[in-house]
Amino acid sequence: MSKQPALSIPLGIFCAVGLTLLAACGGSSSDTAGSGAGSHVTLLNVSYDPTRELYRDVNEAFAKEWQTKTGQQVTIKQSHGGSGSQARAVIDGLPADVVTLALAYDIDSIQRKGKRLGANWQTRFPDNSAPYTSTIVFLVRKGNPQQIHDWPDLLKPGIAIVTPNPKTSGGARWNYLAAWGAELRRELHGDLTKLDDPKAAKEVAAAQAGAEKFVAEMYRRAPVLDSGARGATNTFVQREIGDVLLTWENEALLAIRELGPQKVEIVVPSISILAEPPVAVVDTVVDRRGTRQIAEAYLQYMYSPAGQEIAAKHYFRPRNAQVQEKFREQFAPLELFTVDKVFGGWTAAHDKHFADGGVFDQIYKVKGQ
Amino acid sequence: MNGTIRTPSVLPGFGLTLGFSTFFLSAIVLIPLAALVTKTATMGWDDLVRTLLDPRAVASYRLSFGASLLAATLNGVFGFIIAWTLTRYEFPGRKLIDALIDMPFALPTAVSGIALTAVFAENGWIGQYLAVYGIKVAYTWIGVVVALTLIGLPFVVRSVQPALMEVQRDLEDAAETLGANRITIFRRIILPTVAPAMATGFTMAFARAVGEYGSVIFIAGNLPMKTEITPLLIVIKLEQFDYAGAAALGFAMLVLSFVLLFSINLLQAWGRRHHVAAGR
Repeated sequence: MSKQPALSIPLGIFCAVGLTLLAACGGSSSDTAGSGAGSHVTLLNVSYDPTRELYRDVNEAFAKEWQTKTGQQVTIKQSHGGSGSQARAVIDGLPADVVTLALAYDIDSIQRKGKRLGANWQTRFPDNSAPYTSTIVFLVRKGNPQQIHDWPDLLKPGIAIVTPNPKTSGGARWNYLAAWGAELRRELHGDLTKLDDPKAAKEVAAAQAGAEKFVAEMYRRAPVLDSGARGATNTFVQREIGDVLLTWENEALLAIRELGPQKVEIVVPSISILAEPPVAVVDTVVDRRGTRQIAEAYLQYMYSPAGQEIAAKHYFRPRNAQVQEKFREQFAPLELFTVDKVFGGWTAAHDKHFADGGVFDQIYKVKGQ
Repeated sequence: MNGTIRTPSVLPGFGLTLGFSTFFLSAIVLIPLAALVTKTATMGWDDLVRTLLDPRAVASYRLSFGASLLAATLNGVFGFIIAWTLTRYEFPGRKLIDALIDMPFALPTAVSGIALTAVFAENGWIGQYLAVYGIKVAYTWIGVVVALTLIGLPFVVRSVQPALMEVQRDLEDAAETLGANRITIFRRIILPTVAPAMATGFTMAFARAVGEYGSVIFIAGNLPMKTEITPLLIVIKLEQFDYAGAAALGFAMLVLSFVLLFSINLLQAWGRRHHVAAGR
């Protein structure tokens, strides 16, 4: 009796440590899927928030097509959430066969931190691996009482702006960059080519400072920073907070369809950002599970006329010219600039604006003092 | 009685149960906590200090701990009144109210957060009347306190209830016949019996509030420096793949909570001694 407790404490800890290690190793055990005809395959598509409805339809259509073509049954499971946290889940070991996220930076992170796919992932599919695009538009109250038509109107006195937190939401980063780029272009008198012109360096620096002021002022007018795009839509529409919501075009069109056009209406500014939500096959997972062929076919399907049409139906702008033509009335024409052109790519944009101590943090430092 | 001094427990197996206890505690508590510390240790001192003393982090500690203390205090007062009503009086619907108390335990925190926001937003049932007086609850620190009060309430009620039931009514009657007034009876008979349970309830409500995330993010507004709680800052660090920074903030919360809880326990022990001394 007297010796037992002395032994059981280290024994208990030993067992616990052993089990923890076992659990950690268990994650890498293989679960290979069969790939012959007549068999059944599952794929996991890890995606971001507003694509729930889109991929539900895509999965059904693709499964049907795949079965007629190969005789193989396929079930595609979906997982949705904030783009950044989804990327983290994949890095931490969520066995996603494909990822379809809000911005390239998140897939870059999976590549850099998780080493789960090749560095050239963005060139493996056409159009920067983004089969559909979107942009950032405004949602305003019915009748547009504050007369908000373009970016400069956002800073009219007394306007409250609803946008999510760029630290936690992919959509919010597009909002931020759209505002920055639009103001930058205005300060450069509509000529974004000056960004590449060394002779205009001085003018560009002044314009960048102007854009920073604009964005800082914009966030000073934000009464709430929701953690995701859907949350911000709810704050604006259900809680009736703010005069204007900055959001994805697809989210805005969906909100109008779901909530009725008698409450809110869409305002398309003269210029905005070309949002390219990218897709990629996760190499380490498909090679382990033997699902590469079907995973690639699945993403390729997004580029087919049928896939493009489904995307357009869910208010994502298609790449395919014929499908574009068919849905012409749904998407208002506007000037679009890319992240690469104005910000030198996502990694540069992230490091300058959204990293710890970046421009976004500075905005709130000044505010807090 | 056979004359032995030590009476062994009816159930044997001290060694076995102790072994299980250490195993369980290690797997569930100690090893994850150790991982937190090792992750934090991957940072250099400079980085650690910078992360922990960043004005934004400091502002979030102030909100998280301040709002939690306030919420736990509110719960201490109103939780006691509710527990008193439920144990001392018989009235129709008592069972129903008693069951309602546990709701915050069972509700997913996101649901409570969304419900509170809907009620307290400027166009909500209660919010619209408060707005007339210029009081904003949703998207301010008051909203944070409201959410933390909701989730902490059952802890106080459920710890105080059994203690109140144990207060001997005949002692109260005896005190009254000896000429004690109501305040004296409350102070000398009821309070000493209930105080330890109150302290336990307060501590649990506080501890729960400090770690709360789900309900708060919906009602807080999440503005940096103003309505950003520390758990949200941790999530933000994770979103940026700053695992070490997130672990450091988690570690800071752990230390702060431990210091606070430990002081509450010391205070309680001191209070007991003091009371016993005064009672003699």
